[in-house]
Amino acid sequence: MDDVRYEAPESPDAASSLLAEAGGGGKVFAGGTDVMVQIHAELIDPGVIVDIKNVPGTQEISESDGAYTFGAATAGMVLMDHEGFSSTWPGVIDGVALIGSIQVKGRASVGGNVCNASPAADSTPAMIAAGAICNIVGPGGERTAPVEDIVTGPGKTSLADGEFIMSFSMPKRPAHSGDAYLRLTPRTEMDIAVVGAGVNITLDDDGTCTAARVSLGAVAPTPLLVADAAAALIGTKVDDAALTKMGEACSAACNPISDKRGTKEYRIKTAAVIGRRAAEIALERAREN
Amino acid sequence: MASILEESGFNPGADLKIVGTNPIKHDGLDKVMGRAKFGADAFLPGMLVGKILRSPHAHANIKSIDTSKAEALPGVKSVITSADFPEKKAGTPPGDMTRNVMAREKALYDGHPVAAVAATSEKIAKQALKLIEVDYEVLPHVIDPVEAMKPDAPILHDYLRTKGVDGAEDKQTNVTERMVTQLGDADTGFEEADVIVERSYDSKPMHQGYIEPQGCIADYSEDGQIEVWCCTQAPFVYRDRLSAILDIDCNKINVQQSELGGGFGGKTGFYGEPLAIMLSKKASRAVKIVLSRIEVFRGTGPVSGTSYTIKMGCKKDGTITAASAEMIFQSGPYAGSMYFNAPNAMFTRYDLKNVDITAYEVLSNRQKVASFRAPCVPQIVFGVEGVVDEMARKIEMDPIDFRLKNACDDGHTTIYGDTWGPIGFIETLKQAKESDHYKTPVKEGEGRGISTGFWFNRGGETAASLNLAPDGTVTIATGTADVAGSRISISMMAAEELGIPVDQVRVKMVDTNSLGFNRVTAGSRTTFSVGMVIVDSARKCIAELRSRAAEMWDVPEDGVIFEDGMVRPASANVGDFEPMSIADICKKTTMSHGAISGHTEMNVTGAGPGFAVNIVDVKVDENTGRTDVTRYTVIQDVGKAIHPDQVVGQIQGGAIQGVGWALNEEYIYGDDGRLQNAGFLDYRMPVASDVPMVDTIMVEVPNPAHPFGLRGVGEVPVVPTMAAVGNAIGDAIGIRPTSLPMSPPKVLDIIEQAKAEGVYKG
Amino acid sequence: MAKRSHITLSVNGDEYETLCEPDQSLVDVLRNELELTGTKEGCSTGDCGACSIRLDGDLVCSCLVLGVEAEGKEIETIEGMATSAEDLHPLQTKFLEINGLQCGICTPGILIAAKALLEKNPDPTETEIRFWLAGNLCRCTGYDKIIRSVQAAAEEMRKG
Repeated sequence: MDDVRYEAPESPDAASSLLAEAGGGGKVFAGGTDVMVQIHAELIDPGVIVDIKNVPGTQEISESDGAYTFGAATAGMVLMDHEGFSSTWPGVIDGVALIGSIQVKGRASVGGNVCNASPAADSTPAMIAAGAICNIVGPGGERTAPVEDIVTGPGKTSLADGEFIMSFSMPKRPAHSGDAYLRLTPRTEMDIAVVGAGVNITLDDDGTCTAARVSLGAVAPTPLLVADAAAALIGTKVDDAALTKMGEACSAACNPISDKRGTKEYRIKTAAVIGRRAAEIALERAREN
Repeated sequence: MASILEESGFNPGADLKIVGTNPIKHDGLDKVMGRAKFGADAFLPGMLVGKILRSPHAHANIKSIDTSKAEALPGVKSVITSADFPEKKAGTPPGDMTRNVMAREKALYDGHPVAAVAATSEKIAKQALKLIEVDYEVLPHVIDPVEAMKPDAPILHDYLRTKGVDGAEDKQTNVTERMVTQLGDADTGFEEADVIVERSYDSKPMHQGYIEPQGCIADYSEDGQIEVWCCTQAPFVYRDRLSAILDIDCNKINVQQSELGGGFGGKTGFYGEPLAIMLSKKASRAVKIVLSRIEVFRGTGPVSGTSYTIKMGCKKDGTITAASAEMIFQSGPYAGSMYFNAPNAMFTRYDLKNVDITAYEVLSNRQKVASFRAPCVPQIVFGVEGVVDEMARKIEMDPIDFRLKNACDDGHTTIYGDTWGPIGFIETLKQAKESDHYKTPVKEGEGRGISTGFWFNRGGETAASLNLAPDGTVTIATGTADVAGSRISISMMAAEELGIPVDQVRVKMVDTNSLGFNRVTAGSRTTFSVGMVIVDSARKCIAELRSRAAEMWDVPEDGVIFEDGMVRPASANVGDFEPMSIADICKKTTMSHGAISGHTEMNVTGAGPGFAVNIVDVKVDENTGRTDVTRYTVIQDVGKAIHPDQVVGQIQGGAIQGVGWALNEEYIYGDDGRLQNAGFLDYRMPVASDVPMVDTIMVEVPNPAHPFGLRGVGEVPVVPTMAAVGNAIGDAIGIRPTSLPMSPPKVLDIIEQAKAEGVYKG
Repeated sequence: MAKRSHITLSVNGDEYETLCEPDQSLVDVLRNELELTGTKEGCSTGDCGACSIRLDGDLVCSCLVLGVEAEGKEIETIEGMATSAEDLHPLQTKFLEINGLQCGICTPGILIAAKALLEKNPDPTETEIRFWLAGNLCRCTGYDKIIRSVQAAAEEMRKG
């Protein structure tokens, strides 16, 4: 607490070096909406705060042949206001739109949401379902990893000392694809997911599901990629029977705790409901494309 | 002795020019421009930052506290513990108060202050807290009030004995008191009943949820004069209680209230103020303490949790024949829940002949209970109105007709002995029945709930001065806190009485050195009581204006009348004098007897009771148990709305606070007794997107004891809310919830139960 | 003890220099270093919106921004919305006329947030206003008159 420093490096290497030197005492600072809360509550006591927003590439959105890349520190409102991105990845935007208030999204980023590693993060299941890839910079150079490989437990990530996520790359979108994220909260806004579900599906011209990814949040120590739930949809017309099976697979995948935000039983029960409803929205979107 | 007000007679039917209009409130401009000064918005030269160390344990003996390392930290100017406060006998009001602000023998809840520091910066103050070593002996704790009553429960205070129970003198207990309230013969009443409904209910502590955390500055001068700046509903009560726990004369403590950023009962008792005073005394510098939101939740009082059973019986024609209740009210580690309100208010509005109520107040290891709008009543009405609804359903009677059948009318004598004058309960019910909301069919898939509520409304000690300036403008000094806009209503009543534009009146909330004792702003007393005092003061001024004019005209006083802001000859016979305005007279007061002022102290009585009916529609998600309130209408008797927009605002705010309490708000404790949701993220108050507009229908049955007929309006709105939402959910899903809050997991369980029992409506 | 950081920032068009701790929040800097107390602090966690400001035009909670990040930035607070009672923003006027405030503690944040909304969406629906303002808690009003004040201001501003 005595010696906290603030640094705003202007290159990936400088940021990485600062973080590496600080070891566990370095804190990556993007939108800061989680870090500031943790400092206030004295949950963390960083030695050096490394603001990555001046690093080129951390706040840009680009598109190449239908495939988007966006900076990990891009503010939520910027992503939401980006017409091309938000029409291509409405499910990711569903998740981003649920991160706190308009004010919070004026700062909060997907990179921060993922790396804060809350099991209940709203954009993470949507990004996992989307098949997003993290572009990671570290002392050993650059590497990539799928989003589902980042969170290893509440507040814990697979990033090594000195590593941070620069940007995310989204896959190119096939025709008839749609994604959605839906969460269950007691209030309409300003809440933490009791259950969150991200669903991303692709249909063929006949409306048969050819690809699907389903991810759940807030029902296990990490956001889950639920292969069984996806399998329940693939090869079907995403009819009532398939959706029911998909919902059951969501409930079966849950390994939740009971806490102030919901009981274990309630989470398991409602995972099926929220998973199914998210799939229905994704389906509707896929049919429209 | 009768005051001028009483002698001059009341005329609620008078033709009013200002009362009943909606002028812009005078404090509004500073508030929309960011210039209003709230508790945390003041600074003094050399001011230090005060911070509080709080117990992490729900129940622990404090074996020792070592502050030496903190004191040695550069920049730390004072450190205090309970040793710095006068010893007050445990179990007495000052003994409880001093121990709640600073734990003495024991820490009794998670967040209980154990030490405090003042330092030159917040950073240093926080570091100093970490250097204070407290040796705790952790004890078993109890939070649930039912558990706390059990014979083997952990005991909070060895000395406590239950009042109101024979043979309890030698038994250790957590029960402070057992109170029995009876009317007629309940057993006989139940024998006469064709239908009897008995249900058990419970509720959790909810917090007042004001957006402004408590903030104060104390400056202890070297000659012992203390200036306190703070956000409070009760400057005079703070002063007197500070005097009582610090052994300092009242006249040495001057409390100046800041603007108040919401209180709702939660700022009727102090927290940081005595600590700031003692830190300031030790440091010889001013000290500011502003609580964090976490501290507000962990350290200040939520309301009582409850556990209770309601039993009521009625005949086939709807006449209620008897009502009984057994209730447990959870306090914090000290008494003070005001649970006695419940027996007096819970059934009051229905004309019952046979009532039998037993109530207990129980201590527990949670934050000390604090007041909240209609203390201890809404959470009980939640059950009462559930039972009332169920009786109506059983005899297949319209829920409003059922309530009309049993409604009290003028002249009713209450269970607490008051006989009412004109009241508006029947009128509110009739208007509810005639409302667009009630006449509109319930939407497919939704449910509708009705409920009603009553609040006494209060008066009490009130003092104010009204001063006429040489230019005829008016300044008013009051000591009763403005918590949401009473200043404009007071200005309007003065302007009405004096016949001048409201813009020529300004009200200032003055410090405690400037007036006699004013009771706390609570109980819906302020606009009523200050209005009485101000009208009295205005009439004193008018009498003096007439006297001065008589002297100037050299005519008898009764030859001068005051009308529309002017003194005039009473008739042509008096003489041909040009009427004079207030300014005409006041600019010449240096040539007569000096300035003209009216000053009044009264222990105001005559507050007219208030009643409200709620109509609520809800939509419940069958698969998740989530409830959305889709339409809300409040019908309330306000006596006379001085500033109708302000009154509507009170009603709407109360209703939505009730919706929060109904659906999600609760204190959640871990097995370790620590509060789990000490923040706005997890203490779920309604946000703008959670709620609909709130329609209001104001019924105006004038209170004959007030010159303009007003009744208090602040508490009634919250009383029926949770019951109305509960009844609506019951209507939507087939079984009426009995546990507050009616959060999604609980409602989903009830839906499943309703499906299993074949009563699910969806 | 670590040295404090020197920052230069513009608040409502005025340039300020001050020192702050590296981990000090911007709301704390505004209120306690610059003594601009119009911006309120209700929770310090981004949940109440009382500290809403504009940071280079973005609507943010100043409790979630570091003071040091404000270096070289333009900040708008409630104190900049009107310089006198004669030049009130239509939102301020409507909040007064419609009684969109009671105690007034949430009002600065709500006005700042609502102004940002109306710049982006001059004709918002009730639902859009409610969701935009979901990050601004009010405990007094039940939101009804706040929403109506914003609607009335929007209408007034559309008339030009």
